[in-house]
Amino acid sequence: MTDNDKTIKALTAPLTAKDFASDQEPKWCPGCGDHSVLQQLKQVLPELGVTPENIVFLSGIGCSSRLPYYLATYGVHGIHGRALPMATGLKIARPELSVWVGTGDGDALSIGGNHFIHTLRRNPDLNVLLFNNEIYGLTKGQYSPTSKIGLKTVTSPSGVIDQPFNTAALTIGSGGSFFARAFDRDGKLLRTILKRAAEHKGTSLVEIYQNCPIFNNAAFEAFATLDSKADNTIYVEQGKPLVFGKNKNRGIMLDGFTPIVVDLDKDDLSTSDLWLHDESDINKASILARFADDESLPRPIGVFYAENRATYEDALADQIKDSQQNGYGTLEQLLKGENSYEIKSAVV
Amino acid sequence: MTDKKKTPRQVNVTSKTSVSVLFAGDSGDGMQLTGTQFANTVAIHGSELNTFPNFPSEIRAPAGTVAGVSGFQLQFSSKPVYTPGARFDVMVAMNSAALKANLKNLHRGGIIIAGTEGFDEKNLKLAGYPEGANPLYDGSLDNYIVFPVPILQLTREALKESGLSSKEIDRCKNMFVLGLLYWLYTLPFEGTMETMYAKFKKNVWMAEANIKAMKAGYYFGDETELFANLGRFDISPHKQHGIYRRVTGNEACAIALTAASRKAGLELFLGSYPITPATEILQTLAKKKKYGVKTFQAEDEIAGIVSSIGAAYGGALAATNTSGPGLALKTEALGLAVILEIPLVVINVQRGGPSTGLPTKPEQSDLFMALYGRHGEAPLPVIAAHSPVDCFYATYEAARIAVEHMTPVICLSDGYLALSSEPWEVESPDNLAKITPRFQPAREPGDSPYLPYKRDERQVRSWAIPGTRGLEHRIGGLEKQHETGNISHDPENHELMTKLRAEKIDRIADSIPLQSIDNGPLTGDLLILGWGSTYGAIKTAVEQALEKGYSVAHAHLRYIHPFPKNLKEILGNYKQVMIPELNNGQLVHVIRDTFLIAPESYTKVQGVPFNEMEILTKITDLLKELKS
Repeated sequence: MTDNDKTIKALTAPLTAKDFASDQEPKWCPGCGDHSVLQQLKQVLPELGVTPENIVFLSGIGCSSRLPYYLATYGVHGIHGRALPMATGLKIARPELSVWVGTGDGDALSIGGNHFIHTLRRNPDLNVLLFNNEIYGLTKGQYSPTSKIGLKTVTSPSGVIDQPFNTAALTIGSGGSFFARAFDRDGKLLRTILKRAAEHKGTSLVEIYQNCPIFNNAAFEAFATLDSKADNTIYVEQGKPLVFGKNKNRGIMLDGFTPIVVDLDKDDLSTSDLWLHDESDINKASILARFADDESLPRPIGVFYAENRATYEDALADQIKDSQQNGYGTLEQLLKGENSYEIKSAVV
Repeated sequence: MTDKKKTPRQVNVTSKTSVSVLFAGDSGDGMQLTGTQFANTVAIHGSELNTFPNFPSEIRAPAGTVAGVSGFQLQFSSKPVYTPGARFDVMVAMNSAALKANLKNLHRGGIIIAGTEGFDEKNLKLAGYPEGANPLYDGSLDNYIVFPVPILQLTREALKESGLSSKEIDRCKNMFVLGLLYWLYTLPFEGTMETMYAKFKKNVWMAEANIKAMKAGYYFGDETELFANLGRFDISPHKQHGIYRRVTGNEACAIALTAASRKAGLELFLGSYPITPATEILQTLAKKKKYGVKTFQAEDEIAGIVSSIGAAYGGALAATNTSGPGLALKTEALGLAVILEIPLVVINVQRGGPSTGLPTKPEQSDLFMALYGRHGEAPLPVIAAHSPVDCFYATYEAARIAVEHMTPVICLSDGYLALSSEPWEVESPDNLAKITPRFQPAREPGDSPYLPYKRDERQVRSWAIPGTRGLEHRIGGLEKQHETGNISHDPENHELMTKLRAEKIDRIADSIPLQSIDNGPLTGDLLILGWGSTYGAIKTAVEQALEKGYSVAHAHLRYIHPFPKNLKEILGNYKQVMIPELNNGQLVHVIRDTFLIAPESYTKVQGVPFNEMEILTKITDLLKELKS
């Protein structure tokens, strides 16, 4: 089935995951977490009510940035670190399109770090999928700006000595309007988060913990296996108390600004004593973001923060509309300008 | 002094063809405003005009020092002028530093109007004159006609009852000078009055104070004996009946991009990062929202161009503007635009380099970077503007080529063109070339699959923009298979695509005008081949050489890549070719390499434009050599 046929079908029958698969075979390594993200995306895209021709996937360079090739939408595989400004330009020019960015920890946070912070503060309506595997994969195993201190790689044979970025804190600190975290291995959660990101108007930053089986295998193992996941992660849901653990008997309370882990069975507490998750509270989101820096706390997943505020392209469109209150400027007006003058007497 | 108009004493009025005037003072003296007002009046009067501001790169360099001198030069004439004048006939020097910095460019016998307060002990010391020396009175200016005028004192007297603070009064001294110059050149001051009332709409008293100072300067000319011997001058108007506007090169670029977007039926998007001397293009376009223009001040030069690539992919007429250091940062993205084969206009307003170099000074040293400054085989069209008004036509042409040939185009301007201005007879929309985007239409069931890299007879691919049904496709920076656009590492395919991309650019030569001779005989001894902002100086020098009966002609290149098809033939019609450039000899390399000839290179790398006398001297010398 060609892309063309798929689109035609789109007009007549409900879209399915197959309609969003391009004719190119993914070239990621077997076992790479990227395969899962692609699968979940193909599940979610048909549910968005947007036809493939109105969706664009943009990317930079890196393993994750191959994403556009495997989706039967419009797509551009750009240059290293620069997917976000490309997406911003496209979104400003064509606000009606659904614009997505596939990027990685190196692409977004190292070479593209400047674009990352500025895009977030401007808040164009983009869905940004940051595949974080804490390693450089495509260039074969160098440490990345999210690699943990001490990680031994080909460029850090004695261990990484630079402090990694905390993606959530960086997003919120940059004025981002949406941050969520998901895992490659938890398809259901990932689909929920992807849909939330698509629905959010503004820059939706989704950090996806993604395993690189070749160069940084099991970096997220503590959060991924059935055994350890329940005790090491906490799923945050709007309006619900922060409960976790295999038996749902542990929770998070706030002592001032300090989160503490409590045992609901032993500490004579009920869920009503716990921290209630509020996606609109930037202070709480900031504390959640810092959980990743404290190994005694479970790693939060889900939507940390979602703020409704004007998108860049809408604000610009409003200004343009305002300046056209007295009519759309004509080419004649443009060429004549505002300070033209007439010379009447012709003296030769 | 009262505001009442006195009966002017009889002062002789002499007719002159051309005058070049420099207003120079400290950065805080308002010389740019004075020059601009004078230029506006001259333009409306109907004179031919060319202006050039010259200011330090520091916003506020130390007051009174040579580094802090700000100047505004203009030449106005009753015949066409193409430069602000090689030397000035009249210099207003508000202080001793202004005199010191500019005296070398004043004609022998030229007029100096000096504000005496700027020649006090303190100012003389700041300007670096030896203790006890004052050029106004020590005979060192005997070769010039010097008028010491207590400008500040006279302004203060005129405004003593204005109610303004003494600081505000002192700030009006530039208006006194303006009035005096209006008197000297028998120009009307009513236009400036209107401007002042418009500018100080909410502070009418400020407008009135400025006007009073201006009139004080005007009547000072009448009343004083100072100018009795010199008299007044009259430059008769030249311009034909018509509607004109005065534009700088940067304004003209901005107008051209907007006009091209209209003509092509596209929305204009400019992704840009502020950089001297290109910023006014962004500033001007930011004010064009009425025309639907979208500007995006990006976080850096890279985001500036990449956002434009995104907008171009979406179907906008996309552009970015920059200067040398910025173009260097954009080179990787330019390569992406080359391989994506999407339209993009890049305006590079050249300045002195390398590195930060001379940020406020013009140079033509980015030609190599424009032609070759990308990794891999990444050819793209390069065109150059040759005057402030021509910035409009060159930029418009860059947009046309970009859209119709699906390629990034570099349009070269420079700091001289960017800030210079000249009158422009208002252009009619009908005179602008059509621009036709090749949008790929939607595909219906049963249509063959869309091939993003299928080319037409000019090797141009189509523009398939998101939102078009049936054209979903993926492209990127990786090499692509011929026609399908799928990733391909096939050796033969890479060579084929490399050659196709080059051929596409070469074939642009089929649709651009042939090179013409601007002035002079079609065959002869010497051809001056110029490009960019050297136009005015070459034009004037060749005019003068032809008047002397020299066998010399002038051709000026707009299209530097690809060259017009007849350029080789033209170059062969002269015994010698001379190429003046504001660099260390770049076009001369390209011409030598392309046509296997040995042109004479004439270069200047001083951060200032050529003047016509330099070119004329070189022409004279070369012709002498040819004869011997």
